[in-house]
Amino acid sequence: MLVHQREAVVGRGLLILLMLITVLPFLSLVVTALHPSGTYPEGISWPHSPHWGNFADAFRAADMGKLLLSSVLIVLGVVPASLLLGTMAGFAFGHLRMAGHRVVFLLFVLGLTLPFEGILTPLYYQVRDMGLLNTRWAIILPLIGLFMPFSVLWMRAHFVNVPAELSEAASVDGASTWQQFWRIQVPLATPALSSLAILLFLWTWNQFLLSIVLVDDPTKRTMAGALGAFQGQYGTDIPLLCAGSVLILLPTLAVFLVFQRRFVSALLQGSVKG
Amino acid sequence: MERRPRRGRRSARRAVTGWLFVAPAFLVYAVFVLRPMVISVQYSLYEWDGVGASTWVGLRNYGRLFTESALSGSIVNAFKLIVFFSFVPVVLGLLIAASIRQIAASRFAGVARTVLFLPQVIPLVAAGIVWSWLLSSTGFVNQALGWVGLGSVARAWLGDFTFALPAVGVIGAWVLLGLCTLLLLAGMTKIDPSLYEAARLDGAGPVREFRSITLPALRQEIGVCVTVTVIAALASFDIIYISTQGGPGNSTMVPGLEIYYLAFTERQVGQASALGVALMVLVLACVLPIQWLTKERD
Repeated sequence: MLVHQREAVVGRGLLILLMLITVLPFLSLVVTALHPSGTYPEGISWPHSPHWGNFADAFRAADMGKLLLSSVLIVLGVVPASLLLGTMAGFAFGHLRMAGHRVVFLLFVLGLTLPFEGILTPLYYQVRDMGLLNTRWAIILPLIGLFMPFSVLWMRAHFVNVPAELSEAASVDGASTWQQFWRIQVPLATPALSSLAILLFLWTWNQFLLSIVLVDDPTKRTMAGALGAFQGQYGTDIPLLCAGSVLILLPTLAVFLVFQRRFVSALLQGSVKG
Repeated sequence: MERRPRRGRRSARRAVTGWLFVAPAFLVYAVFVLRPMVISVQYSLYEWDGVGASTWVGLRNYGRLFTESALSGSIVNAFKLIVFFSFVPVVLGLLIAASIRQIAASRFAGVARTVLFLPQVIPLVAAGIVWSWLLSSTGFVNQALGWVGLGSVARAWLGDFTFALPAVGVIGAWVLLGLCTLLLLAGMTKIDPSLYEAARLDGAGPVREFRSITLPALRQEIGVCVTVTVIAALASFDIIYISTQGGPGNSTMVPGLEIYYLAFTERQVGQASALGVALMVLVLACVLPIQWLTKERD
């Protein structure tokens, strides 16, 4: 088994190299954030005296408290609604399968690979005419619509595999479809729902384009949109920009590391189904 | 005799319930996606500054996509980016996944899964900011080139007419490499190990093994990787907006960014919509054949 062992060593080496390439940019970000504000540090280098205060400055400059609140509000607007509507439609398409459902389902499939830029222009005028420009609703409502094809397909894929006997037994007991849905189907769908919730959280939190087009005030945007504004403002002060970026990244990284197992499996499944 | 009408009534009620379950989702989707899609097509046939009256111009906006170099150039750039966003991550991902297949179940590989997903978790904007700094004239890339004695090729990569597009491509490759590697690795762990044992006994080397066992079994996973990465290339926006704004000149201009500028800076709503429609058609034209080619056929 000598061959296997040598291959395992090569494999480990490659994996370490790949991890280094992945982590290096983050390392550069943190190290640069510690240099004196306003300087141009040389590559990756440890500063003579690390300026930890940069993080406090960036926290204030970026108005971090407000940014976090805004992103949380937007996520709370998008994720529960998408889960509810996506699950209901997925249940109908995957389980009830009423006549003619295929045609409407195809309409949802059509939107699956849609690049957001494709509908950006009319969306702007529509949101303006609704009087929602520069409010968080301008991000929340379109995102629910844009994520709907994925949400519906994801939940349908779950409900297709639920045995029909389950609801037959329930309807013999006199449960209405609505009761079956809430008491039996939704509890059974928890794993699918939580993976979908993770993906929707991530995509909402990181949404940039809609954020910058539909909302001018960075404190009413998503985290990614706010980061874009911060870059526009402090783009020339590299250490401060890096400190701000680290702060803005921290919440996502923290959530990711705490729930990493679920995240990784959701991301793996998510790309396969999407 | 009694049974039939009853069943019919029940299925009719079932259908009504079904449509009621679909209605809210469809309503939001129709208002915020389908309607803008239709209106995109409508806008694209007009010349409109977003404020005053609009003028019917037929297909002229579409004609310009071929004749105006700024517009056609952005589409060409999107296709060039496919090399970096798609080809590089998928090929490298395949090679790396094949080399680490044997240790895929180890604890070390578990840690690697977490680390390699980091670029998927952070916003693309952040990737753009980090790499703008790495690729700048005093950044780490030039520092590292100096270490290996290639200091003479150092430059501000994102500001260089020749190298800006490849530099932006490198950022995309960095974002997508980990995802592709892990997807392909997940696919490889599903291959029956006895196939590899048999190949070893027949005296097959790693290359032969890769070509005759691994590659054919990964058809679907490769399809997924190519689909995801090709869409990321064609619809790229965040990274480029942050790192180069399409410059220098138009050397890194892509359709997404051009739509943004046309609609919100230059007030050419019709032209922006035409490019938007073209982009949607382009993505479908690329993704559908990939899906068809890599679909599992029983």
